[in-house]
Amino acid sequence: MTFTTSSGELPLELAETVVIRFAGDSGDGMQLTGNQFTTASALVGNDLATLPDYPAEIRAPAGTRAGVSGFQLAFSSKDIHTPGDAPDVLVAMNPAALAVNIKQLKPGGLVIANTGSFSQQDLLKAQCETNPLADGSLDGFRVIEIDINKRVKEALADSGLSSKDVQRCKNFYTLGLMYWLYSRPMEPTQAWLKEKFAKRPELAEANIAALKAGFNAGDIHQLFQGRYEVKPCTDLDPGTYRNIMGNPALGLGLIAGAELAGLELVLGSYPITPATTILETLAGFKNYGVTTIQLEDEIAAVCAAIGASFAGKLGMTTTSGPGLALKGEALGLALMTELPLVVVNVQRGGPSTGLPTKTEQADLNQAIFGRNGESPIPVLACATVADAFECAIEACRIAVEYMTPVILLTDGFIANGSEPWKLPRVEDLPRFEVKFHTDTENFLPYSRDDKGARPWAKPGTKGLAHRIGGLEKEHLTGNVCYDTDNHEFMVHQRRDKVMGIRDSIATPEVKGAQEGPVLVLGWGSTYGAITEACNLLKQDGTEVGQMHMRHLWPMPAGLEEIFGRFERVLVCEINMGQLAGILRSQYQHTEFVSHGRVLGMPLQSHEIASKIKSLLK
Amino acid sequence: MNDTLTKKDFKSDQEVRWCPGCGDYAILNVVQKACATIGKPKDEVVFVSGIGCSSRFPYYMDTYGFHTIHGRAPAVATGVKTANPDLSVWVVTGDGDALSIGGNHLAHILRRNLDINILLFNNEIYGLTKGQYSPTSPSGTRTKTSPMGSVDRPFNPISFALGCNATFVARTADNNLKHMSTVLEAAAAHKGTSFIEIYQNCVIFNDGAFEDVINKKVRDDRTVDLEPGQPMIYGKQGDKGLRADGFNMTRCAPEEASVWNPGARSAAAAFTMSTLDQEPAMPNPIGIFRCVEDLVFEDEVASQVSSAIASKGRGSLQDLIYAGETWKIE
Repeated sequence: MTFTTSSGELPLELAETVVIRFAGDSGDGMQLTGNQFTTASALVGNDLATLPDYPAEIRAPAGTRAGVSGFQLAFSSKDIHTPGDAPDVLVAMNPAALAVNIKQLKPGGLVIANTGSFSQQDLLKAQCETNPLADGSLDGFRVIEIDINKRVKEALADSGLSSKDVQRCKNFYTLGLMYWLYSRPMEPTQAWLKEKFAKRPELAEANIAALKAGFNAGDIHQLFQGRYEVKPCTDLDPGTYRNIMGNPALGLGLIAGAELAGLELVLGSYPITPATTILETLAGFKNYGVTTIQLEDEIAAVCAAIGASFAGKLGMTTTSGPGLALKGEALGLALMTELPLVVVNVQRGGPSTGLPTKTEQADLNQAIFGRNGESPIPVLACATVADAFECAIEACRIAVEYMTPVILLTDGFIANGSEPWKLPRVEDLPRFEVKFHTDTENFLPYSRDDKGARPWAKPGTKGLAHRIGGLEKEHLTGNVCYDTDNHEFMVHQRRDKVMGIRDSIATPEVKGAQEGPVLVLGWGSTYGAITEACNLLKQDGTEVGQMHMRHLWPMPAGLEEIFGRFERVLVCEINMGQLAGILRSQYQHTEFVSHGRVLGMPLQSHEIASKIKSLLK
Repeated sequence: MNDTLTKKDFKSDQEVRWCPGCGDYAILNVVQKACATIGKPKDEVVFVSGIGCSSRFPYYMDTYGFHTIHGRAPAVATGVKTANPDLSVWVVTGDGDALSIGGNHLAHILRRNLDINILLFNNEIYGLTKGQYSPTSPSGTRTKTSPMGSVDRPFNPISFALGCNATFVARTADNNLKHMSTVLEAAAAHKGTSFIEIYQNCVIFNDGAFEDVINKKVRDDRTVDLEPGQPMIYGKQGDKGLRADGFNMTRCAPEEASVWNPGARSAAAAFTMSTLDQEPAMPNPIGIFRCVEDLVFEDEVASQVSSAIASKGRGSLQDLIYAGETWKIE
């Protein structure tokens, strides 16, 4: 990787971790800017974590606070786990972006404000009574004012583009400036622009010109006292890496899972934020034998997946909370007919339509309990972007080995966040090839193997024609059966089968202290924040135990023994204490303390750290 | 084709549990016979149903069967057929299952045009929940949930299917076994979604709902059989005809009757026929309203997969994981 070098007159200061938040109008291209900065940082070799934060509306009224779109990323020469509690740098493209984000900026942090969008009218739209750049409200921060609108106009004066198209290059000017400030290479972005605008080379050229102008502005205009460099991260394990977002990683995991099961994948889905990009990802992988069907609704989506599994493919469906609610009855059908099915729920703020673009973990109860009757379904959750790939494979394994629907929980934070993914070696991936039932001798559709799974005989197999359905099944024959003793027996069979999954899963590892006053427990996307919190305490000389649960139902064996080694267990989750509640019902001798926030954002490490401290007093 | 199959091969070992006298028995009988005639090996046949009296049907067929949940049979069948296009897939449903709770799925399977046969048993009542008005019950129908008469305006299933751009739309009746066989065989031969409304008598909760049209004594005069390429002649003596007159149908002498063409690209004439029964003097059409060729969903889906494989090569796990910009840390 070659660095574009500057005049070198300004001092280059080394920084370990930097957190930048790009914020602007929904139409300002902030997500794009953030993603480009992320790619450049990944290629430099930094560890990184990102947090896109955008409104549910595609284009809320321009210049208003409702329309502010943000992208936060942390990049570091150290191993990091979160996109940072608070940014060091806020890039504010307009007053609304400044107003919405300033309260999160670190004291003494840097504000880069685009004064070109701070007119009286802009201030009015942002509901700012006075200009924050002038009224003293930014005392305590370092503020760099730059009229990006004007600079872009000057830089692209000869481009021949309309003034509207010129202004649309603002984000690349800003990106160029930030590349200069943090010594990032511009080449990957230039290559990306050329590919993106292959059919409109004049736009590629204009954006590249804006990017370079922004980069050079750092030297020419002497806005800053110095530049920073964030060295490649040396804490990362050796291996091959790529930068990836959670939803695509999960999608690749689903494809891999089907492949490892020796099956073709049929995804039935319906677009819903923030799950849609999994469907989009899979739709692009048809050459892996992947079939995607965009159905008419959430119910049809899961039903088509169930139909596909009945026919001998690996049926899957992807959704978010409201969609999971709609799929509830069909999940009951899948568990009654004991067909494999993988259900991915990318959680978002609820209830009802809730906060579609914000993150939350409040569907745990729905996933475990949200169906009529005694209806056990295994539930697991991924902890990080990279873990989404592994969990998707694990969900496929459980589905086919146990002939059961499986719910995999992820959330908006993982879905849209990105991080360097250490690529697994193909030969290290687990294989669980499916053997369809073909023996016509004494075929019993509801007989069971040693795992409690029934035989999978697909239509088209000679001599095995049989009927399944949602009515209670007679043990072994699978015939419709209303006998009450048989019903109770079958309820137990289904329960025992699902609880038996714990024989195939490992007890989670406890990091840090192996006993003591507090075990910090989490699940899903809180992993990074909890890890960071424990690291903060460790720096202060306090070590607590940390454990993260992948399998939420059934819970792995050995937890009782682990819990017994600690005085109390602090459960951190982005909900009102759902896992804590379930744990209390399962492990009655342990004291569970809940730390739950529902701000539509990931948990903050320093909040978790203070909660832990309060328990240590 | 397998000419050694008989109706008996399609009978399962399960005891049939419909009410004595139910129209479903006759339909089951004809479907089993038609399956033998069609000759697809029974291991390659799948019956999918939703919820309701009609939806018990798969249990009585010695084929693969899936008794699913209320209204969702078309969606499950979509998954089955897309996953394995070689299977012969049949959906059995009722007026409540298909047009009330499952109306959405029915509309969409029809527009997608999967090669699936849908049998809608229409008895204009909810039977399994013991007699409430259904979405095909005429306005004013008195039931336990509509003691003063239903205020709902009913669906016409044929109009509904045509409105969804279904490629094969037909109607038959549970008391006309020969006609039903002919329609079922034509449906099976059609490549695309075949929608068949079957007038079916619920002997307990809506006995005689179609009596004034399909009773053997009156049906020759009260129905006209839409036979492809045949003039629209009806009546016990073959003494009545129908003639297309712009967008209207008029009664005429048999020799002046128009020839029925269900293969017209426009569904307009078929739609006119579907509403003919609203005029008291007109016969109620049965037979084949529409039969046109169009792209078939599962074939298109499969061809996209195979052309992606042809152009990009069958993907491997290695390619999947090690794609995009990667870097190494030593």
